Amino acid sequence: MSISLQDLLAILPELIVIGAACLVLALDPILETAKKDLLAWLTLGALAMCIGVTSSQMTGHTYAFSNMVILDAYAAFWKLLLYLVTGLTVLLSLAYLKAERLRIGEYYGFILLALAGMMVMVSGADLLTIYLGTELMSLSLYVMAGLKRTEARSLEASAKYFVLGAFSSGILLYGISLLYGLAGSTSLSVIAEAITMQGTSNPILSLALVLLAVGFGFKLAVVPFHMWTPDVYQGSPTSVTAFMAVASKAASFGAFLRVFVEGLGAASADWSVLFTIICLATLALGNLVAIVQTSIKRMLAYSSIAHAGYALIGVVVAGGHRGDGAGGGFASVLLYIAIYSFMTLGAFALIGMLRKEGQESENIEDYAGLAKREPLAAFFMLVFLVSLAGIPPTAGFIGKFYIFMAAVNGGMTWLAVVAVVFAAISAFYYLRIVMVMYMREPEGTVASQSRLETSPALSFVLACALAGVVLLGLFPNGLWSLATHAAPLLK
Amino acid sequence: MTSFPWLSLIVFFPLIGAVLCFLVKAESSRWVALGFTVGNFLFSLPLWWLFDSSTAAMQFVEQASWINSPPVRYSLGMDGISFPLVLMTTFLMPFCVTVSWTAIEKRVPLFMSMLLVMETAMLGVFVALDFILFYVFWEAMLIPMYLLIGVWGGPNRLYAAIKFFLYTLAGSVLLLVAILALYFQGGHTFDILELSRGTYGATLQMWLFLAFFAAFAVKVPMFPFHTWLPDAHVEAPTAGSVILASVLLKMGTYGFLRFTLPMLPDATAAFTKPMIALSIVAIIYGAYMALAQTDIKKLIAYSSVSHMGFVTLGIFVLNIQGIEGAVMQMVNHGITTGGLFLCVGIIYERTHSRQIADNTGLAGPMPRYALFLMIFALSSLGLPGTNSFVGEFLVLAGTFVWSQFATALAALGVILAAAYILWLMQRVVFGTPAAAHRAHLLDLNARETATLVPLIVLVFVLGIFPNPLLSRMHASVTHLLNGPKAPAYATAPSPTLPVAATTTVAATQPISSSEQAATR
Repeated sequence: MSISLQDLLAILPELIVIGAACLVLALDPILETAKKDLLAWLTLGALAMCIGVTSSQMTGHTYAFSNMVILDAYAAFWKLLLYLVTGLTVLLSLAYLKAERLRIGEYYGFILLALAGMMVMVSGADLLTIYLGTELMSLSLYVMAGLKRTEARSLEASAKYFVLGAFSSGILLYGISLLYGLAGSTSLSVIAEAITMQGTSNPILSLALVLLAVGFGFKLAVVPFHMWTPDVYQGSPTSVTAFMAVASKAASFGAFLRVFVEGLGAASADWSVLFTIICLATLALGNLVAIVQTSIKRMLAYSSIAHAGYALIGVVVAGGHRGDGAGGGFASVLLYIAIYSFMTLGAFALIGMLRKEGQESENIEDYAGLAKREPLAAFFMLVFLVSLAGIPPTAGFIGKFYIFMAAVNGGMTWLAVVAVVFAAISAFYYLRIVMVMYMREPEGTVASQSRLETSPALSFVLACALAGVVLLGLFPNGLWSLATHAAPLLK
Repeated sequence: MTSFPWLSLIVFFPLIGAVLCFLVKAESSRWVALGFTVGNFLFSLPLWWLFDSSTAAMQFVEQASWINSPPVRYSLGMDGISFPLVLMTTFLMPFCVTVSWTAIEKRVPLFMSMLLVMETAMLGVFVALDFILFYVFWEAMLIPMYLLIGVWGGPNRLYAAIKFFLYTLAGSVLLLVAILALYFQGGHTFDILELSRGTYGATLQMWLFLAFFAAFAVKVPMFPFHTWLPDAHVEAPTAGSVILASVLLKMGTYGFLRFTLPMLPDATAAFTKPMIALSIVAIIYGAYMALAQTDIKKLIAYSSVSHMGFVTLGIFVLNIQGIEGAVMQMVNHGITTGGLFLCVGIIYERTHSRQIADNTGLAGPMPRYALFLMIFALSSLGLPGTNSFVGEFLVLAGTFVWSQFATALAALGVILAAAYILWLMQRVVFGTPAAAHRAHLLDLNARETATLVPLIVLVFVLGIFPNPLLSRMHASVTHLLNGPKAPAYATAPSPTLPVAATTTVAATQPISSSEQAATR
């Protein structure tokens, strides 16, 4: 196998990111502590270059490295989304790391390495490439989860994430090896051909399907593979939590859909049944358990589980429905995750920077009377929560609208009914935060109440997230046409 | 005049004010809100003369594309059914501001801003001609209302606010699924007029009817979905109660008229009996509950359940008198109950109690207030010469055509209304004054008088001259019943009532498409 210039051009964004990561790691020991912000700007510069390159790769459908990597609109969609959320995470981290006194230059290196893994995941055309991407992403995230070295919860999060993540990677590998045995290749297109020829009745195939579903289930944090999520989300530094909840979920959805549509599309009747069950369990557990949380980070962890459930509806519907309807289903997933990214990132940004006595305000009770102390912060939070609850005219409504639309179109009206009932239930826990912020009086002295630690970077992140939530709610046309253009097709 | 976007103007004008409230000094936000609500009323006033009462077609239509795929359009329009509700809303909003002038002391800009956002959402609901656009406005209203109740409400406000929110949200999420189902069955469109022309299978109609019912019945509220109402009404600040009673409840009945009847005629015919039964239960049950209340606001809240029972009764007897009476009653209930809540708010500011026992004998210290309260009360019990008489009479006349027995039962509600209202008046107006409060009881000041007098004027104007309003809704109601798609309804003979007989407009010509709808 020879590497051509064409191949290298194809992975230019990945090369830029990895190059920037190395540069950050190399510069970190040289730079004075006061100048470490430079690393963040370097990271942002690399992202800006990537946006340029990937935008030019939007059209077309080319393979590179002997069918190991694919460049298409689908990969470009996820990559652009990932650049965006990574950029916002970096800006958020600028403010957050200072507030937490975490002066660690490697942080940005790890973010870039994780991003490189995610990019490989979404543009992998071979199970092994995708696996390598997942591992690169996960390993970087394990480290980032434990960055608050002095805090037991952060270390616990890291350890838990590592153990369960390694376990799920093993299961994923096992599934991959079974598929290799079946098809004689790990290439998605070869596997697809093999399944079409051999039929879907082979029990080995079913086992491989289940193992892959479990492996990806861990990464997507869907029930019953969600157990790590609340602890890890709660224990990790909040900027890392935001990155995990948004970027890692987006990349996992990207790889997951790629594998199940392009590799295992012929068995879609089987996996759509499997995912129907997972989807129902995820919706139910995510929404119901979120109600009883007292920590806002844990609540958002369960909420992110529930949102994966809504996105799965699109997958389920598309899997059971070939042709145009399937496109609608997958496109609605892409749209939903993109919208979810904005509102979740916005919410976590606020959580990280609402602080009292040098600590994050993590308890829902800390938000009592926030609307009086910090009217603007409370209003931003209100918008993000309303959007998470899916109430118009926010983007969250548009996301749910397209998902339910796909469900009804695919003849699964019952699933849409179940989902809207859970959406109504979810309004309860989101609105509870609104209630605490607007309708309760703050407790304790003024000094012990949480305030927003503002900085230009944070303001920019919040403004972007708010603009995303509001503008995508009012003018969804652009994003929807991108999503339909990028959505994979079940053949 | 053809192209002037009247409806966009009145829908979005308050939104500008809502933003402006935060930009000015906290004290000035009251003036901003007043200016924008009054301004909006003035903008909506020309519609009274511009409105063409001879056609059932949508008027002042505006069309623009919003979402390309699926085709969701920004389309607004108004016919004889939405017209009275739009004017009623713009008319009432300034009084919601004036009654809150001193009653709301904390976070005034937020309060005023929420009132203005509410106005936008409510007007949007009444003029939206696209089902998704309708749904967006319908849901967008929940958050400001939730805040109005929860931030400025009474002692039990948190419970009332979340109950209101969850009840109405649970009802309306099913509406979304129904809308999507209609989209795929009704020719891939969300256009309300287009969907109203389609025909749907009987089973589908049944399911859709139930989903629509869940959304609209909670909002009305129909028995047995009314339990959020007394809590929300009692805990909400006065302006919130007025908005709830006068406008929000009407959105449910408006939904029945705009969607259920035209789109699902077969299911409507099939469900007529249970719907009428529920309406009559609401009339009598609401009135009975009102009799037992010791809290004035709660009493009025239950009387609302009873009065809204008349509205749904009028709608589901499916004849011209019934529906015209129902629309009339919607407007009248808005004015009268709005007036009553304003009165309660005014006395609450003085005595800080809503209990009947704490507010007795007001005729002595507050003669002007007592007079106004009495007028609203008499209107509420349907005294001839006041507005409510017209509506209730038409509804009962319509019901009479349908079933005399049902009419007799519904008429019980009128008698009970007389009982609870007169008993309330006997205590509050003519009882022995509670000594503790006498010192605070100043009669109405100029602002409060200005708040109540316009409503009083309307009580009599609509009571004595209902024809100008009835004639404006006549064509649309006739079209609703005799239109191209209402074969299932047994149409009653054209109204021969003295109050409704002046206009005989041929309004049965079908509207061929929304684009052709006359925009004058």
